[in-house]
Amino acid sequence: MNIQGENKTQNRILSLLPLWIVIGIFMIGPLLVMAVVSLMESNVYGGVHFKFSLSGYRQILFDTNLFDEIEFNPAYLIIIARSFMLALAATFLSLLIGFPAAYFISRQSDRVKNILIFLVTIPFWTNLLIRTFAWIIILGKGGVIESSFNFFGLLDEESSLNLMYTNSAILIGLVYSYLPLMVLPIYASMEKMDLRLLEAATDLYSNRIELIRKIILPLSMPGIIGGSILVFVPCLGAFIAPDLLGGGKKLLLGSLIQFQFSYARNWPFGAAMAMFLLALVILVLIFNARLNRKHREYANQK
Amino acid sequence: MMEKKVNAIDVRNVTKIYTSGNTQTKALKSANLTIYDNEFFTLLGPSGCGKTTLLRLIAGFEDITEGSINLFNQEIVNLPPNKRPVNTVFQQYSLFPHLNVYENVAFGLRRLKKDASLVESRTFEVLELVQMKEYANRKPNQLSGGQQQRVALARALAPEPKVLLLDEPLSALDLKLRQAMRFELKTLQRETGITFVFVTHDQEEALTMSDRIAVINEGEIQQIGEPEQIYESPSNKFVANFIGEANLLSGVCKTPGENGVCELDTGHELNLFVPPHIKQNDKVTIFIRPERIKIEKSSKDKSQLSISEFTYLGNAATIQLKSNNQLINVNLPIEDLKIFKKDDYVDIHFPKESAQVID
Amino acid sequence: MQTKNKKTKFRYVWNFPGFGGWTAIFFGFLYIPIFILVCYSFNSSKFAMIWTGFSFRWYAKLFSNDDIQTATINSFIVAFAAAPLATIIATFSALALVRGGEFRFREFSSGLITLPLMVPEIVTAVATLIFFASLGINLGLINVIIAHTVFCIPFAFMPIKAALEAMDPNLELAARDLYSDKTSTFKTITLPLLTPGILSGFMLAFVISIDDFIITLMVAGGGATTLPVYIYSMVKMGVSPEVNAVSSLMLAFSIFIVTLYWFFNRKINN
Repeated sequence: MNIQGENKTQNRILSLLPLWIVIGIFMIGPLLVMAVVSLMESNVYGGVHFKFSLSGYRQILFDTNLFDEIEFNPAYLIIIARSFMLALAATFLSLLIGFPAAYFISRQSDRVKNILIFLVTIPFWTNLLIRTFAWIIILGKGGVIESSFNFFGLLDEESSLNLMYTNSAILIGLVYSYLPLMVLPIYASMEKMDLRLLEAATDLYSNRIELIRKIILPLSMPGIIGGSILVFVPCLGAFIAPDLLGGGKKLLLGSLIQFQFSYARNWPFGAAMAMFLLALVILVLIFNARLNRKHREYANQK
Repeated sequence: MMEKKVNAIDVRNVTKIYTSGNTQTKALKSANLTIYDNEFFTLLGPSGCGKTTLLRLIAGFEDITEGSINLFNQEIVNLPPNKRPVNTVFQQYSLFPHLNVYENVAFGLRRLKKDASLVESRTFEVLELVQMKEYANRKPNQLSGGQQQRVALARALAPEPKVLLLDEPLSALDLKLRQAMRFELKTLQRETGITFVFVTHDQEEALTMSDRIAVINEGEIQQIGEPEQIYESPSNKFVANFIGEANLLSGVCKTPGENGVCELDTGHELNLFVPPHIKQNDKVTIFIRPERIKIEKSSKDKSQLSISEFTYLGNAATIQLKSNNQLINVNLPIEDLKIFKKDDYVDIHFPKESAQVID
Repeated sequence: MQTKNKKTKFRYVWNFPGFGGWTAIFFGFLYIPIFILVCYSFNSSKFAMIWTGFSFRWYAKLFSNDDIQTATINSFIVAFAAAPLATIIATFSALALVRGGEFRFREFSSGLITLPLMVPEIVTAVATLIFFASLGINLGLINVIIAHTVFCIPFAFMPIKAALEAMDPNLELAARDLYSDKTSTFKTITLPLLTPGILSGFMLAFVISIDDFIITLMVAGGGATTLPVYIYSMVKMGVSPEVNAVSSLMLAFSIFIVTLYWFFNRKINN
C-alpha cells in the first residue's frame, strides 16, 4: 500500500535512524575496533601498542620460547578442539533429549500445548549464571549427588566422586543452558505437521519407527537444523558453564577470551581469538543459510 | 431515459503498475470507465483481474501510475484518502477492534469535526438503518459475521459519502446470509440514493444487484453494460464464458452482412447478423446459451448429434451433445426429463436472435 | 487361552509410547536444579551444600548486606534505562520495517536488529570493553546502560513486530478513508492497538537486562556492579548460602515478569 502523494522514504529514514545510530556506533563500532586491536602489538602493561602486527593471530598456533625462537604450541588448538567437540556433543544431546519432548508437546491440546511451551521458555528468560550455579550444588563436593551416595552407603565420607571440573560437567551445563533453544524450533515445525500424513503412512503399512524416520524426521528437518544452530553457536562461545563447572581448568573458547581480558591482559591476542570465534560463527551461519535455501528450493519444487 | 445523467466517477486512461524488486506487474492497463450518480455499479472479474486495484485507486489507498480519476468532475488523484468524500466497506470489514460499535460508526463524523449532537443523531440514524442500534455498546469481536457486516456498512455510510465503495463485502458470509444481504444492499442503495461501486467475482451477485456492470480481466475492461446486455450479448469469448454457461461453436461464414448465413461444423446453417469485418469463408465462433437450445428426437440417418452425457440435477438436467469433435451443452427443462436418454439422436433449434458471432 | 476378551488398548498412530515419560524427564531436567537451589536457600546450615534444617536466616541476612542492595539498585537503574530506550528504538524500527513496504535498506536494517543475537555474547562483551576503553569513555553505569540497550533491541523488537504483523493493515486505511489524517490515525488506531505489543517488548527487554551477566561483567567498571555480577563474585569466592537466597529471589523475579508477559500475551491473542 502506498498512499498517493505521501513521502514514505522520509518517514522510514526518521524511524530507522535511532536503530542505525545505536547499533552502528555501539555494536558495529566495537567489532571494528576489536578487529583493529587484534592487528596490534600487545603492551607489557596490559594495553595496546599501536603498531601493526599479526602476533595476536600467530599466538593462536605458535609461541616464542626462551631463545626467541618460534615454536608450535598446541595448547590453544586443544582448547579450540575441545570447544568444538563439546559444542557438537551438547547439540547432539540436546537433540536427543529435546526431539521426543518437542513431538509430545506438539501433539497435546491447544491449552496444554501453550502451557508446556511456556514452561520450556521460562528457563530461557531466567538468569543463566544462576541456573548453572544450581549445578554446583548438585555436582559439587558434598553436593546433592554425593550426599545421596553417602546416605545410601555407596560412598564414604572422605572420598569424592570428582564430578566437578570435568568435561562431562561442562557438557551437562551446556545442554542445560541451551536445551530450550533446541526444543522451540523443532516444536514449531512439528506443530504445523498434518496428522493425517502419519495416518496415511500407517495406512500404507509403516510401523512407528518408520513413521519417525520417513515422515516426522524429514518434515521437522527445518526445525532440527534451526535448533541445532541455536544450540551450537552459543555453546561454541560459552563462558559461564566452562567457568563455573570447568573451574578454569578446562578452558573453552569463551572462557579463554574472557581470561585474556580479565587476567592475562593480552588484548591483541584476546581480540584475535574473539575474531576467530566470530569467523567460526559466521561460517556456521552461512552454512545454515545454504541449507535453508536448499530446503526452500526443495519445498518450492513440490 | 430522459433525465440527464450526472457523472459520479470518471476513470480516464488509468494504469497501475506494481513494482516489486525487478518484476513489474500491470494490474490495470489504461482503463476507461464512467459511473453515473445514483447508480449501483459493479466491477466484476476473476481474482487478480484488477477490480480491487481500481477500487483502491478510487479510495486513494494506492498511488496511480498513469491517468486521472474525477469525482463529480473534480480531479481527486492527488488527494489523500482522508480528503476524498468516498467511503469504503472492506472485505474483512476491518472494524476497529478496540472501539465499540457506536465509536466505530461515529469515527468518520468525529474526524470531520461534526457537532457532538450531530455525531450522536447521525450515528444512531445509520445504526437504525442497518438495524444494529441495540448493539451500539458491543465490541466488534462480540458480533456475528453478518452483524459486523452491517456495522461496516453503517460506518462507511455515516459520513454521507458521495460514493460508497464496497470490496467484496459479502464474500465472508455464508450462502443464506449472502443472498439476504444482496437484497438489503440493493434496497439500501435505492433508499440512500448514494452511488455504490461494488466489487465482486460472483456473477450471480453482479447480475442480481447491479444497474450496470463492468467486466474486467487481466487489467483490461472487457465490457460495460446493463446485466441483461452483458448476459445476452457478450462482447467477447471471455465475457461469454465468465458469465453463465456458454456454447462457443466453430463454423464458417457462408454469407456475410446483416442477414448473413453461417454453417456450423455440425452441418447446421444459421441465419444471423455477421459483423462487417468478417468475410465469406472466414472461420467464425458462434455463441449461444445452453438454455436457448431446444432439442427434439431424431434418428441416426437424419442427425449426427447424439446425447453423450446426461447429468440429472433434480429440477432439470444438463446434457451434452456430441458430433464431429464438437460438444454442445443444452439445459433440459423438467418437463422433458423423461423424453430423452443417453445415446439418443436429436436435432437442435433455437431462435435466430439468441445466436451471435463472437470475437 | 482367554484371548477372547482381551483387547489391546487403542492408540492413535501419532501417539508414540514412552514419549510422555521422556517429556516428564525432560521437564524434570529443566526444573529440578532450580527447585534444589530454592530448597537450599532455606537451609539453616552455614555450609551451602549440607542440609541441616529450614530457616529464613539467609534471606534476612540479605537485607543487611549493603553490597547486595547497591548491586540490586544498580541492576534496576540499568534495566529501567535500557529497556525503555530499546523499546522505543524497536517500536520505530518495527513500524518502518513492517509497515514501510519494500525499500532499499530493509534487509540491512533487519540484519542490524538481529546482529546482537548472532554475535556470540562473549564477543560482544569484549568488543564493547575494548571500544569504551580505547575511546576512554568511562561513565560507570552509563556504559552498562548503552551496552544493554544494544543487546535488548532484538528482544523488544520481536513481540512488537509480531503485534504489528497480526494487525490488519486495512484498519489504518479504514481510518484514513474515514477522514482521519496520518497523525490522528497513528494516535487513534495504530498506537492503541500496538500498546500490548510494546508492553510485551518492554517486559522482555527488562528481563534480559536484569539477567544479563557476561556483557555487564566485561563492561562494568568499579562501582557499576549489578546483581548478577555480584552473585558471580560471591560464587567465585566460595559458595555461601546467601548466594542461594539472592539467586532464588532473582529467579522468582524473572519468572514473575515472564509469567506476567505470558498472561498478557494470551489476553491479546484472545
